[in-house]
Amino acid sequence: MIKTAFWILVALVGAFAVGGIALHRGETINAMWIVVAALCIYSLGYRFYSAWVAAKVLSVDATRATPALRLNNGRDFVPTHRWIVFGHHFAAIAGPGPLIGPTLAAQFGYLPGTLWILVGGVLGGCVQDMTILFLSTRRNGRSLGQMARDELGPVGGFAAMLGTLTIMIILIAVLGLVVVNAMKHSPWATSTVFATIPIAVLIGLYLRNIRPGRVLEGSLIGLALLLLAVVGGGWVDSHPTLRELFNLDGKPLAWFVIGYGFIAAVLPVWLLLAPRDYLSTFLKLGTVLLLALAVILMRPEIHMPAVTQFIDGSGPIFGGALFPFVFITIACGAISGFHALVSSGTTPKLIGNEADVRMIGYGSMMLESGVAVMAMIAATLLQPGVYFAINSAPGIVGVTAEAAVATISGWGFPVTVEQMQFLAKEMGESTLFARTGGAPSLAVGMASIFSSAFGESMLAIWYHFAIMFEAVFILTTLDAGTRVGRFMLQDALGHIWKPMGETSWYPSVLIASALVVAGWGYFLYIGVVDPNGGINILWPLFGIANQLLAGIALCVATGILIKQGKLRYCWVTAAPLAWLAIVTTAATWEKVVSSDPRVGFLAAADSLAAKLAAGALPEAQAAVAPQLIFNQRLDAVLAVLLSLILWVVIADMVRVSLRVVRGQPVPPNSEAPHVHINSIGPSKIGAEAA
Amino acid sequence: MNMQRLTLWVAATWNTIRSLATDDAYDKYLAHHAQAHAGSPPMSRRAFYLQQQQSKWTGVSRCC
Repeated sequence: MIKTAFWILVALVGAFAVGGIALHRGETINAMWIVVAALCIYSLGYRFYSAWVAAKVLSVDATRATPALRLNNGRDFVPTHRWIVFGHHFAAIAGPGPLIGPTLAAQFGYLPGTLWILVGGVLGGCVQDMTILFLSTRRNGRSLGQMARDELGPVGGFAAMLGTLTIMIILIAVLGLVVVNAMKHSPWATSTVFATIPIAVLIGLYLRNIRPGRVLEGSLIGLALLLLAVVGGGWVDSHPTLRELFNLDGKPLAWFVIGYGFIAAVLPVWLLLAPRDYLSTFLKLGTVLLLALAVILMRPEIHMPAVTQFIDGSGPIFGGALFPFVFITIACGAISGFHALVSSGTTPKLIGNEADVRMIGYGSMMLESGVAVMAMIAATLLQPGVYFAINSAPGIVGVTAEAAVATISGWGFPVTVEQMQFLAKEMGESTLFARTGGAPSLAVGMASIFSSAFGESMLAIWYHFAIMFEAVFILTTLDAGTRVGRFMLQDALGHIWKPMGETSWYPSVLIASALVVAGWGYFLYIGVVDPNGGINILWPLFGIANQLLAGIALCVATGILIKQGKLRYCWVTAAPLAWLAIVTTAATWEKVVSSDPRVGFLAAADSLAAKLAAGALPEAQAAVAPQLIFNQRLDAVLAVLLSLILWVVIADMVRVSLRVVRGQPVPPNSEAPHVHINSIGPSKIGAEAA
Repeated sequence: MNMQRLTLWVAATWNTIRSLATDDAYDKYLAHHAQAHAGSPPMSRRAFYLQQQQSKWTGVSRCC
């Protein structure tokens, strides 16, 4: 009775808060409205929807032995306490994506992005993560690609592989671009980010040679050194000679990131990747906690309007209307296909009881969605004029500061050159104009909220701490992603020529890594030379690729549900799938056929080609124009390819489902046989593996 | 009495932190090894750490 009253109260408060943020039309609104709305929606989603899905749709069985119990080998299959698995799983799924997407989507106002994060998270992303985690747990921790092959057939399996490889390439390129844009002509940020590399190597050596496997000690030393690097960056910035050494243009920085990616992918993991990942995980958990604390302590005012005029598609940060582009721009945080790869990777091998799947799968994604909400708050608490000045490319608002402020103020978001100069000086940067990619504006937002909560005079330190924090885990993703791409490529090439498939044969390692790095390096380089900022092109492609992967995961889940005779519940995964299919197809359509050169790839290529032919471009731009024209056409082909992959998998899933309905034979259920939890005594744990 | 509970609580929290950081992975492996493969010598701490890292970074373990 008291419980019922409590949940009714949560529902009422939630409805009131959502109504508040949706209908509010004043100058500013307090961020607590968004926080309260989010907390209520997550609580209701977890308490009711996830419980219902777990019990009725998935039929979670707490008496069924998990692979961690049956196959316990003390190494990768280890039954682990659910809070520990939750921590590992959350650390694995939470990357830079949920910080960047909402920051970019804030150009539509705070409302559309926030609503999509909340609704998409509770009904889409959380359900996807939990379902895939559950299905993989039932199948001894098989990967998404293997499940697609087993349950749907070879077509689905191949599409999943191709989709994963494509998303890796695009993801790494766009994240590389975000880092380059954050370091461009910022000696402080550049020297700090550079310093993180030797620090990681030092910790790698410590964890291997001095105190093997003592991760806590190593990480604490590393974190202290990283903080020192942030302060040291300020010293470099104020030193006249060193300053110039780290004052780099976009192109050399892009080459640095490309070279770094190659070296990192071929080095042994213990030297660079593993220690940096430990550091980035601790930084990430600490910073997210700090941000949540600061938002609750400071209760900042949101200055961005609920909805801006840019929902019509004329936005300066990326072109394209609210539908479908808000749903593409915010992938991570609402629904991210990439999570399906993690949910069918390490996590299912650690789960001690099937009942934990709900908390780990649904719960972790809820928390990640909460991170996205905080990123949205950090972006929208800035004055909108400042936000647009930081995030708009010079190709859109004008090259000079005067032109940029005139354009942006003309949109009704007043900002002055003096205001921007003052802000840049406070943040320890030479300029904050046209720092596209989302990282700098997020860092400004985080710095202002951190400094007001924990120390007014340290704005520049907080700003560069935030940049370092983003860069560290972007570099981890870049390096880990290149490695995964390399393994996939080696596997594929191994079918053509056997020795290429040997993952430790050095020629094969070098060739496959070089090919993967060349793939993303190309998109990164073009993104850097593009005067419109590159983010405008790459982020939508990344969003489409990520939603495609989510589509494949939901196809696998829907197919399995139908095969198991749960046709009447299949909408749980089929409805988010249908939405993603609509959104990605609409976005692809717009990106290919739109006649607006800011939206359509082909229109952009044609318009640039026309300008080039007419001799209307300045010399510097004319030199890169042929590359840009080719790239836009390539992007159009890529977008079509991605959508086609999704539709092929959907068709395959529908084919299998129709066969089920008609009683025709389908690939058999690949679930591991039922073993009762009690039949595995402590003495038998691991017997199967032994 | 209260002191004792506090000590227990601190110990439990410390163990959780160690587990979250995978600091206790080798101890768990040793315990498992002693039980399941009592006859053969276990891996050294360093060999275990290196093998653990290798297998962790062969699949997708970090996201966007």
